[in-house]
Amino acid sequence: MEQTKQIDPRVSSSLPVADEEESWREGVKAGIPVAVGYLPIAITFGMLAETAGLSPWIAVAMSLIVYAGASQFVGVTMLASGAAPLAIVFTTFILNFRHFLMSSALTQKINPTLASRVKAITAFGITDETFAVASLHRSSRTLSVPYLLGLNAVAYLSWNCGTWAGLLLSSGLPELVKSSMGISLYVMFLALLVPGVKTSRPALMVAVLAALVQCAFTYIPIFAPLSSSVRVILSTLIAAGAGAWLTKEVPS
Amino acid sequence: MNTMLSAGLAVLGMAVVTYIPRLLPLLFTERFQVTGRLRLFLDYLPYAVLSALVFPAIFTSTGDAWTGTAGALAAFLLSLAGLPIIVVVFGGIGAAMLTGWLL
Repeated sequence: MEQTKQIDPRVSSSLPVADEEESWREGVKAGIPVAVGYLPIAITFGMLAETAGLSPWIAVAMSLIVYAGASQFVGVTMLASGAAPLAIVFTTFILNFRHFLMSSALTQKINPTLASRVKAITAFGITDETFAVASLHRSSRTLSVPYLLGLNAVAYLSWNCGTWAGLLLSSGLPELVKSSMGISLYVMFLALLVPGVKTSRPALMVAVLAALVQCAFTYIPIFAPLSSSVRVILSTLIAAGAGAWLTKEVPS
Repeated sequence: MNTMLSAGLAVLGMAVVTYIPRLLPLLFTERFQVTGRLRLFLDYLPYAVLSALVFPAIFTSTGDAWTGTAGALAAFLLSLAGLPIIVVVFGGIGAAMLTGWLL
Protein backbone atom coordinates (compact mmCIF):
# COMPACT_ATOMS: atom_id res chain seq x y z
CA MET A 1 0.00 0.00 0.00
CA GLU A 2 2.85 2.33 0.85
CA GLN A 3 4.38 1.56 -2.50
CA THR A 4 1.21 2.34 -4.46
CA LYS A 5 1.01 5.71 -2.76
CA GLN A 6 4.58 6.51 -3.66
CA ILE A 7 4.12 5.61 -7.30
CA ASP A 8 1.04 7.70 -7.79
CA PRO A 9 -0.26 9.72 -4.83
CA ARG A 10 -3.27 10.87 -6.86
CA VAL A 11 -4.71 7.38 -7.11
CA SER A 12 -5.18 7.22 -3.35
CA SER A 13 -6.66 10.70 -3.04
CA SER A 14 -10.44 10.83 -3.09
CA LEU A 15 -12.15 11.89 -6.29
CA PRO A 16 -13.67 15.14 -5.00
CA VAL A 17 -10.16 16.47 -4.21
CA ALA A 18 -8.97 15.64 -7.70
CA ASP A 19 -12.11 17.28 -9.08
CA GLU A 20 -11.42 20.39 -7.04
CA GLU A 21 -7.86 20.58 -8.31
CA GLU A 22 -9.09 20.11 -11.85
CA SER A 23 -11.69 22.89 -11.44
CA TRP A 24 -9.14 25.23 -9.89
CA ARG A 25 -6.77 24.65 -12.80
CA GLU A 26 -9.60 25.19 -15.25
CA GLY A 27 -10.48 28.47 -13.52
CA VAL A 28 -6.88 29.66 -13.60
CA LYS A 29 -6.69 28.83 -17.30
CA ALA A 30 -9.92 30.70 -18.00
CA GLY A 31 -8.52 33.67 -16.09
CA ILE A 32 -5.40 34.06 -18.23
CA PRO A 33 -7.04 36.06 -21.05
CA VAL A 34 -8.59 38.32 -18.38
CA ALA A 35 -5.17 38.75 -16.79
CA VAL A 36 -3.64 39.64 -20.15
CA GLY A 37 -6.37 42.20 -20.73
CA TYR A 38 -5.97 43.70 -17.25
CA LEU A 39 -2.22 44.24 -17.32
CA PRO A 40 -2.06 47.22 -19.72
CA ILE A 41 -5.06 48.86 -18.05
CA ALA A 42 -3.69 48.37 -14.55
CA ILE A 43 -0.32 49.72 -15.70
CA THR A 44 -2.08 52.77 -17.14
CA PHE A 45 -3.93 53.18 -13.84
CA GLY A 46 -0.66 53.10 -11.89
CA MET A 47 0.89 55.65 -14.22
CA LEU A 48 -2.14 57.91 -13.99
CA ALA A 49 -2.03 57.84 -10.18
CA GLU A 50 1.70 58.58 -10.27
CA THR A 51 1.35 61.53 -12.67
CA ALA A 52 -1.69 62.86 -10.76
CA GLY A 53 0.67 63.28 -7.81
CA LEU A 54 -1.20 60.95 -5.44
CA SER A 55 0.58 58.87 -2.87
CA PRO A 56 1.39 55.50 -4.49
CA TRP A 57 -0.13 53.83 -1.43
CA ILE A 58 -3.54 55.23 -2.35
CA ALA A 59 -3.30 53.57 -5.77
CA VAL A 60 -2.06 50.31 -4.25
CA ALA A 61 -4.86 50.33 -1.66
CA MET A 62 -7.48 50.99 -4.34
CA SER A 63 -6.39 48.01 -6.40
CA LEU A 64 -6.27 45.85 -3.28
CA ILE A 65 -9.64 46.66 -1.71
CA VAL A 66 -11.78 48.44 -4.36
CA TYR A 67 -10.68 46.33 -7.34
CA ALA A 68 -12.88 47.93 -9.99
CA GLY A 69 -11.28 49.44 -13.07
CA ALA A 70 -13.54 52.31 -14.08
CA SER A 71 -14.14 53.42 -10.48
CA GLN A 72 -10.44 53.53 -9.74
CA PHE A 73 -9.72 55.77 -12.73
CA VAL A 74 -12.55 58.07 -11.72
CA GLY A 75 -11.48 57.90 -8.06
CA VAL A 76 -7.91 58.95 -8.83
CA THR A 77 -9.04 61.73 -11.16
CA MET A 78 -11.48 63.07 -8.56
CA LEU A 79 -8.95 62.81 -5.72
CA ALA A 80 -6.40 64.70 -7.80
CA SER A 81 -8.94 67.46 -8.41
CA GLY A 82 -9.63 67.69 -4.68
CA ALA A 83 -13.19 66.31 -4.68
CA ALA A 84 -14.86 65.49 -1.37
CA PRO A 85 -14.61 61.84 -0.28
CA LEU A 86 -18.40 61.56 -0.16
CA ALA A 87 -18.76 62.69 -3.79
CA ILE A 88 -16.17 60.12 -4.84
CA VAL A 89 -17.92 57.34 -2.93
CA PHE A 90 -21.29 58.25 -4.45
CA THR A 91 -19.90 58.26 -8.00
CA THR A 92 -18.29 54.87 -7.38
CA PHE A 93 -21.58 53.48 -6.16
CA ILE A 94 -23.37 54.59 -9.35
CA LEU A 95 -20.55 53.26 -11.52
CA ASN A 96 -20.55 49.83 -9.93
CA PHE A 97 -24.23 49.25 -9.58
CA ARG A 98 -24.12 47.07 -12.68
CA HIS A 99 -22.30 44.48 -10.57
CA PHE A 100 -25.60 44.04 -8.77
CA LEU A 101 -27.10 42.77 -12.03
CA MET A 102 -24.11 40.50 -12.65
CA SER A 103 -24.13 39.06 -9.15
CA SER A 104 -27.88 38.43 -9.53
CA ALA A 105 -27.29 36.53 -12.76
CA LEU A 106 -24.53 34.47 -11.10
CA THR A 107 -26.89 33.37 -8.32
CA GLN A 108 -28.53 31.09 -10.88
CA LYS A 109 -25.24 29.34 -11.56
CA ILE A 110 -23.79 28.69 -8.12
CA ASN A 111 -24.77 26.18 -5.48
CA PRO A 112 -27.27 28.04 -3.21
CA THR A 113 -26.29 26.04 -0.12
CA LEU A 114 -22.71 27.28 -0.05
CA ALA A 115 -21.49 28.86 3.20
CA SER A 116 -21.88 32.64 3.33
CA ARG A 117 -18.14 32.91 3.96
CA VAL A 118 -17.42 31.23 0.63
CA LYS A 119 -19.95 33.42 -1.16
CA ALA A 120 -18.39 36.51 0.41
CA ILE A 121 -14.95 35.63 -1.00
CA THR A 122 -16.37 34.76 -4.42
CA ALA A 123 -18.37 37.99 -4.57
CA PHE A 124 -15.28 40.14 -4.08
CA GLY A 125 -13.82 38.92 -7.36
CA ILE A 126 -16.83 39.79 -9.55
CA THR A 127 -15.88 42.19 -12.32
CA ASP A 128 -17.27 42.74 -15.83
CA GLU A 129 -14.62 40.39 -17.14
CA THR A 130 -14.68 37.56 -14.60
CA PHE A 131 -18.48 37.64 -14.70
CA ALA A 132 -18.45 37.32 -18.48
CA VAL A 133 -16.06 34.39 -18.40
CA ALA A 134 -17.90 32.60 -15.58
CA SER A 135 -21.44 33.11 -16.81
CA LEU A 136 -20.65 31.98 -20.35
CA HIS A 137 -18.64 28.98 -19.15
CA ARG A 138 -19.88 26.32 -21.53
CA SER A 139 -19.61 22.92 -19.87
CA SER A 140 -21.45 23.19 -16.59
CA ARG A 141 -24.77 24.44 -15.34
CA THR A 142 -23.48 24.91 -11.83
CA LEU A 143 -20.14 26.67 -11.37
CA SER A 144 -17.79 25.17 -8.83
CA VAL A 145 -16.16 27.32 -6.16
CA PRO A 146 -12.56 26.29 -7.00
CA TYR A 147 -13.20 27.29 -10.63
CA LEU A 148 -14.48 30.73 -9.62
CA LEU A 149 -11.69 31.24 -7.10
CA GLY A 150 -9.04 30.25 -9.65
CA LEU A 151 -10.50 32.62 -12.23
CA ASN A 152 -10.84 35.49 -9.74
CA ALA A 153 -7.38 34.96 -8.24
CA VAL A 154 -5.55 35.20 -11.57
CA ALA A 155 -7.46 38.33 -12.56
CA TYR A 156 -6.90 39.96 -9.15
CA LEU A 157 -3.21 39.15 -9.17
CA SER A 158 -2.79 40.64 -12.63
CA TRP A 159 -4.66 43.82 -11.69
CA ASN A 160 -2.50 44.37 -8.61
CA CYS A 161 0.81 43.49 -10.27
CA GLY A 162 -0.10 45.82 -13.13
CA THR A 163 -0.82 48.65 -10.69
CA TRP A 164 2.63 48.24 -9.11
CA ALA A 165 4.25 48.08 -12.54
CA GLY A 166 2.51 51.29 -13.60
CA LEU A 167 3.61 53.09 -10.45
CA LEU A 168 7.21 52.01 -10.98
CA LEU A 169 7.39 52.63 -14.74
CA SER A 170 8.18 56.29 -15.16
CA SER A 171 8.64 56.46 -18.92
CA GLY A 172 6.22 53.80 -20.11
CA LEU A 173 5.68 51.76 -23.22
CA PRO A 174 5.82 53.04 -26.83
CA GLU A 175 2.63 54.91 -27.76
CA LEU A 176 1.61 52.48 -30.53
CA VAL A 177 1.89 49.47 -28.21
CA LYS A 178 -0.04 51.23 -25.45
CA SER A 179 -2.87 52.43 -27.68
CA SER A 180 -3.20 49.06 -29.43
CA MET A 181 -3.51 47.34 -26.07
CA GLY A 182 -6.47 49.56 -25.31
CA ILE A 183 -8.52 47.17 -27.41
CA SER A 184 -7.59 44.05 -25.43
CA LEU A 185 -10.56 43.90 -23.05
CA TYR A 186 -13.01 44.68 -25.83
CA VAL A 187 -11.75 41.90 -28.07
CA MET A 188 -11.92 39.57 -25.10
CA PHE A 189 -15.57 40.49 -24.59
CA LEU A 190 -16.14 39.88 -28.28
CA ALA A 191 -14.46 36.48 -28.02
CA LEU A 192 -16.84 35.57 -25.19
CA LEU A 193 -19.90 36.93 -26.95
CA VAL A 194 -19.50 35.41 -30.43
CA PRO A 195 -19.63 31.66 -29.54
CA GLY A 196 -22.75 32.25 -27.43
CA VAL A 197 -24.69 34.18 -30.04
CA LYS A 198 -23.59 31.81 -32.80
CA THR A 199 -25.60 28.96 -31.28
CA SER A 200 -28.55 30.81 -29.75
CA ARG A 201 -30.86 32.95 -31.84
CA PRO A 202 -32.50 34.73 -28.87
CA ALA A 203 -29.04 35.54 -27.45
CA LEU A 204 -28.06 37.00 -30.81
CA MET A 205 -31.19 39.19 -30.88
CA VAL A 206 -30.50 40.39 -27.32
CA ALA A 207 -26.89 41.23 -28.20
CA VAL A 208 -27.85 43.08 -31.39
CA LEU A 209 -30.52 45.05 -29.54
CA ALA A 210 -28.08 46.00 -26.76
CA ALA A 211 -25.57 47.19 -29.36
CA LEU A 212 -28.22 49.23 -31.20
CA VAL A 213 -29.47 50.89 -28.02
CA GLN A 214 -25.92 51.64 -26.98
CA CYS A 215 -25.17 53.18 -30.40
CA ALA A 216 -28.30 55.32 -30.09
CA PHE A 217 -27.11 56.54 -26.66
CA THR A 218 -23.70 57.31 -28.11
CA TYR A 219 -24.65 59.09 -31.33
CA ILE A 220 -27.97 60.81 -30.58
CA PRO A 221 -27.10 64.11 -28.88
CA ILE A 222 -30.03 64.18 -26.43
CA PHE A 223 -28.48 61.22 -24.56
CA ALA A 224 -25.17 63.01 -24.08
CA PRO A 225 -25.85 63.82 -20.38
CA LEU A 226 -26.05 60.10 -19.50
CA SER A 227 -22.79 58.82 -18.05
CA SER A 228 -21.24 55.77 -19.69
CA SER A 229 -22.13 53.47 -16.79
CA VAL A 230 -25.77 54.59 -16.79
CA ARG A 231 -25.83 53.89 -20.53
CA VAL A 232 -24.49 50.36 -20.03
CA ILE A 233 -27.04 49.65 -17.30
CA LEU A 234 -29.94 51.00 -19.38
CA SER A 235 -28.99 49.18 -22.60
CA THR A 236 -28.53 45.96 -20.64
CA LEU A 237 -31.91 46.25 -18.94
CA ILE A 238 -33.68 47.14 -22.20
CA ALA A 239 -32.09 44.35 -24.25
CA ALA A 240 -32.33 41.56 -21.67
CA GLY A 241 -35.82 42.75 -20.71
CA ALA A 242 -37.02 42.73 -24.33
CA GLY A 243 -35.50 39.28 -24.81
CA ALA A 244 -37.26 37.87 -21.75
CA TRP A 245 -40.52 39.55 -22.71
CA LEU A 246 -40.56 38.39 -26.31
CA THR A 247 -39.35 34.79 -25.87
CA LYS A 248 -42.19 32.36 -26.49
CA GLU A 249 -41.05 29.39 -24.43
CA VAL A 250 -40.78 30.27 -20.77
CA PRO A 251 -38.75 27.93 -18.50
CA SER A 252 -40.69 26.56 -15.54
CA MET B 1 -8.91 67.71 6.37
CA ASN B 2 -5.52 66.07 5.99
CA THR B 3 -5.17 65.01 2.31
CA MET B 4 -3.88 61.53 3.06
CA LEU B 5 -6.63 60.92 5.61
CA SER B 6 -9.41 62.09 3.30
CA ALA B 7 -7.98 60.06 0.41
CA GLY B 8 -7.83 57.02 2.68
CA LEU B 9 -11.44 57.57 3.72
CA ALA B 10 -12.49 57.89 0.08
CA VAL B 11 -10.77 54.61 -0.78
CA LEU B 12 -12.44 52.83 2.16
CA GLY B 13 -15.84 54.18 1.16
CA MET B 14 -15.24 53.17 -2.46
CA ALA B 15 -14.36 49.65 -1.31
CA VAL B 16 -17.58 49.35 0.69
CA VAL B 17 -19.95 50.62 -2.03
CA THR B 18 -18.21 48.47 -4.65
CA TYR B 19 -18.41 45.33 -2.55
CA ILE B 20 -22.07 45.59 -1.48
CA PRO B 21 -23.65 45.19 -4.96
CA ARG B 22 -21.28 42.30 -5.64
CA LEU B 23 -22.16 40.54 -2.41
CA LEU B 24 -25.87 41.05 -1.70
CA PRO B 25 -27.46 38.94 -4.48
CA LEU B 26 -25.01 36.08 -3.91
CA LEU B 27 -25.66 36.10 -0.18
CA PHE B 28 -29.37 35.60 -0.77
CA THR B 29 -28.96 32.96 -3.47
CA GLU B 30 -31.48 30.63 -1.86
CA ARG B 31 -34.24 33.20 -2.16
CA PHE B 32 -33.02 34.15 -5.59
CA GLN B 33 -33.76 30.90 -7.41
CA VAL B 34 -36.23 32.09 -10.01
CA THR B 35 -38.20 30.70 -12.94
CA GLY B 36 -40.21 32.09 -15.84
CA ARG B 37 -39.45 35.39 -17.49
CA LEU B 38 -37.19 36.62 -14.69
CA ARG B 39 -35.04 33.52 -15.20
CA LEU B 40 -34.86 34.29 -18.94
CA PHE B 41 -33.94 37.88 -18.13
CA LEU B 42 -31.03 36.73 -15.95
CA ASP B 43 -29.93 34.24 -18.61
CA TYR B 44 -29.87 36.99 -21.26
CA LEU B 45 -28.04 39.48 -19.02
CA PRO B 46 -24.49 38.39 -19.93
CA TYR B 47 -25.15 38.76 -23.67
CA ALA B 48 -26.78 42.15 -23.20
CA VAL B 49 -24.08 43.52 -20.90
CA LEU B 50 -21.21 42.24 -23.05
CA SER B 51 -22.69 43.68 -26.20
CA ALA B 52 -23.40 47.00 -24.49
CA LEU B 53 -19.81 47.16 -23.26
CA VAL B 54 -18.33 46.30 -26.67
CA PHE B 55 -20.43 48.39 -29.07
CA PRO B 56 -19.64 50.97 -30.24
CA ALA B 57 -16.74 51.55 -27.80
CA ILE B 58 -14.49 48.90 -29.41
CA PHE B 59 -14.10 50.97 -32.59
CA THR B 60 -12.59 53.91 -30.71
CA SER B 61 -10.81 51.92 -28.00
CA THR B 62 -7.37 52.46 -29.52
CA GLY B 63 -7.94 56.19 -29.95
CA ASP B 64 -8.17 55.75 -33.71
CA ALA B 65 -11.19 54.44 -35.66
CA TRP B 66 -9.07 52.65 -38.31
CA THR B 67 -6.93 50.60 -35.92
CA GLY B 68 -9.93 50.00 -33.66
CA THR B 69 -12.03 48.69 -36.53
CA ALA B 70 -9.18 46.52 -37.81
CA GLY B 71 -8.69 44.97 -34.37
CA ALA B 72 -12.43 44.43 -33.92
CA LEU B 73 -12.78 42.81 -37.34
CA ALA B 74 -9.81 40.50 -36.80
CA ALA B 75 -11.13 39.47 -33.38
CA PHE B 76 -14.61 38.89 -34.77
CA LEU B 77 -13.33 36.61 -37.54
CA LEU B 78 -11.01 34.71 -35.19
CA SER B 79 -13.77 34.07 -32.65
CA LEU B 80 -16.21 33.13 -35.41
CA ALA B 81 -13.65 30.50 -36.44
CA GLY B 82 -13.89 29.11 -32.89
CA LEU B 83 -10.33 29.89 -31.81
CA PRO B 84 -9.40 30.12 -28.10
CA ILE B 85 -9.96 33.48 -26.35
CA ILE B 86 -6.26 34.12 -25.88
CA VAL B 87 -5.67 33.79 -29.65
CA VAL B 88 -8.54 36.20 -30.31
CA VAL B 89 -7.12 38.71 -27.81
CA PHE B 90 -3.62 38.70 -29.27
CA GLY B 91 -4.98 38.60 -32.83
CA GLY B 92 -7.06 41.70 -32.13
CA ILE B 93 -4.19 43.59 -30.51
CA GLY B 94 -1.85 42.48 -33.31
CA ALA B 95 -4.22 43.62 -36.07
CA ALA B 96 -4.67 47.02 -34.40
CA MET B 97 -0.92 47.41 -33.98
CA LEU B 98 -0.17 46.36 -37.56
CA THR B 99 -2.75 48.79 -38.94
CA GLY B 100 -1.34 51.60 -36.81
CA TRP B 101 2.17 50.82 -38.04
CA LEU B 102 1.07 50.76 -41.69
CA LEU B 103 -0.91 53.99 -41.55
